[in-house]
Amino acid sequence: MTSTTASAPRASVNVGKLLTRISIVLIAAVVIYWLGRNFLDSPTQFLSVGITGLSNGALYALIALGYTLVYGIIELINFAHGDLFMLGAVFSYFFLTSFLGAEGATPRNYAMLGLTLVLAMVFCATLNVVIERLAYRRLRDAPKLAPLITAVGVSFVLQFIGLKWNGSAPRNFTTVLPQTSFTVAGVVVPWNALAIISLTIPLLLVLVTLVNKTKQGRAMRATAQDKDAARLMGIDVNKTISLVFALGGAMAGAAGLMFAQSVGTVAYNIGFQLGLIAFTSAVLGGVGNLYGAVLGGFLIGVIQGFNDGLPFGPGQKWSQTVVFTILILLMVYKPAGLLGKATTEKV
Amino acid sequence: MAEETKAAAPAHTSSSNTKWAIGFITVVLAIYAINKFYLPTAPVQVKTFFNSWFSLTSMGEIMIYILMALGLNIVVGYAGLLDLGYVAFWALGGYVAGWLMSGHFDQWTVNFFGNPPAGLPNGIHLNFLLVLVLGGVFTAIWGVIIGAPTLRLKSDYLALVTLGFGEIIPQVMVNGEDIGGFNLTNGTKGINPVDNIKLFGYEFGPFALADKFLIYAALAGLMIILSLRLRDGRLGRAWLAIREDELAASMMGVPLMRTKLASYAVGATAGGVGGVAFATLIGGVYAERFNFQVSIIILSMVVLGGMGNVWGVLVGATLLAWVNNTGLVQFGNIINSATGKNIDFPSFNFLIFGVLLILMMLFRREGFLPEARVRLIMHEEEFSEVAVVTDDIEVEGVHHHEHN
Repeated sequence: MTSTTASAPRASVNVGKLLTRISIVLIAAVVIYWLGRNFLDSPTQFLSVGITGLSNGALYALIALGYTLVYGIIELINFAHGDLFMLGAVFSYFFLTSFLGAEGATPRNYAMLGLTLVLAMVFCATLNVVIERLAYRRLRDAPKLAPLITAVGVSFVLQFIGLKWNGSAPRNFTTVLPQTSFTVAGVVVPWNALAIISLTIPLLLVLVTLVNKTKQGRAMRATAQDKDAARLMGIDVNKTISLVFALGGAMAGAAGLMFAQSVGTVAYNIGFQLGLIAFTSAVLGGVGNLYGAVLGGFLIGVIQGFNDGLPFGPGQKWSQTVVFTILILLMVYKPAGLLGKATTEKV
Repeated sequence: MAEETKAAAPAHTSSSNTKWAIGFITVVLAIYAINKFYLPTAPVQVKTFFNSWFSLTSMGEIMIYILMALGLNIVVGYAGLLDLGYVAFWALGGYVAGWLMSGHFDQWTVNFFGNPPAGLPNGIHLNFLLVLVLGGVFTAIWGVIIGAPTLRLKSDYLALVTLGFGEIIPQVMVNGEDIGGFNLTNGTKGINPVDNIKLFGYEFGPFALADKFLIYAALAGLMIILSLRLRDGRLGRAWLAIREDELAASMMGVPLMRTKLASYAVGATAGGVGGVAFATLIGGVYAERFNFQVSIIILSMVVLGGMGNVWGVLVGATLLAWVNNTGLVQFGNIINSATGKNIDFPSFNFLIFGVLLILMMLFRREGFLPEARVRLIMHEEEFSEVAVVTDDIEVEGVHHHEHN
């Protein structure tokens, strides 16, 4: 009797593991077949779509960094982050296009674009710090459900601000970044994709240096590890957390501007979907890990690009479904993400 | 300290349950009687007043929202698992009604105690009660499918997976017009009309709104009884134990996975039944209605009333559903006509629901009609290690509940 009860769970675990392995192999086989067939069929289209995917991925990486920074330090999924990005996009439209009247690619407009980039980053950083101060700080020691529900509430409030500021209909405008493209050996490269990637990479480098090399960065990492110990070591925990929210917000602001400039449309409801996709990127890379967020962002961007643009595939109308299916599969097979470490619960 | 003494007294004895139950039944019967017997002969002003402020459609909708909020309450309030994709179950239940109670699949002709429209026998027409059961079972299966691989995750990851699920299902419904040449969901056009309910030879036609309201109220009442009974039973106590301390519960021999899955299945069933009922209320299924906002509105109902407390959720659902479908528009009209402005009041529901969630979490986490033990948990002092070891060190940010 005892031996049967003892062996029963072990057998079921093995079957479960086997099933997991088989399903992973099957999924991998399907993906490799899909990519291979598309590549052999039209290599140039494959690469063009990949480049568009990379530039979307750069934006996802910027937004994902905000999620991952905040999650790393206070273990909160900041649902409002996507809507912060949306407000960054709306701000950049109203400041650059509406107020400064910068439409079309002229030297003056490029200068204005740079100015707006800085202002959008400051705007979103300030907003994020204020949100943390007013809403999340009081709930830092509350049961986990409380800050999570608060974040959902903040997301709704930000969407409302976006709705009243931008109006309920999407706004189309002429971007400063050129909407044209050039061709290298049959591969189409849009100029704005190039601009986004070349703007994103320095930002990412600055952020990574800040976190890894500076004194403030060390304070952040210490706070993320153990708030109480950090406090005893003389670190101002509240200030450090505010700084993290500021950094995340700044990245979202930059992403908002670049998104607006690459698609030429802003709407109040872009934040929710894009935020969710960016969060999936953060989880794919391993939430809490900076490099993971960047890797995940680019990967999701490319996957989405392939899905939307390749001749054989589910196509654009299934775009969200594909991304969220990846999210669910990840949660099932590798919740720690590609670069994350599996954590065990502390008792 | 005062907090603790108050909470020590049991908040809901069976006598208070009886009072609430009598109150609920009285209100339902009063609404029914007014609409059935008084309004047809009432003066025109009275009629318009009732039709604009307390229309039967909105009353039926409130009952369905109560049903679904109580379902979500089992997942969020009882078991403490955050589900942000509850709308998926509503959608799935709605489509079960669309598939089994309409002429959508006109390649087949099935009629099992159903009520096909006169002269249009094509399609699958099953009996309403059977469809309710099938819708519940179908969504329960989906609840287990989505729950089984994800329930071992940490609570915030779980919230995200459910959110993803809540996004996928509506997109599948929108794109489901042509799945390998098969028209599963009729896309954005939706499935309509859904058959009228016909029970024991009596047809609940489009004008039998008062009678239909009774059906929805009965469903809500059934869910109330189920919630109360489940809560006191073995399963309910296991849910509460998990909500309060998962680790301790598992040490005491509560099977975590099975218990959590059960909460998912029961919650999903309520969502599915609500979906079927809603499809019959509006006479159709439309894919765009199933968006993230709905999940949040239902969550707000649970949070506002008090997570875990059946009567609190009942009041929360009634209030918010009414504000959402009638109150905001009506008050907006009054204010607009009084000030001569043209403000789009329904667009303010983003603000209302957002601010409501934030304020409730900041200042009254246990809801307005809290269950005693929820109040205790929600205000439990979570000592960090430092605070426990060196209690005399005043650390900013650790003790701030006391100042709330």
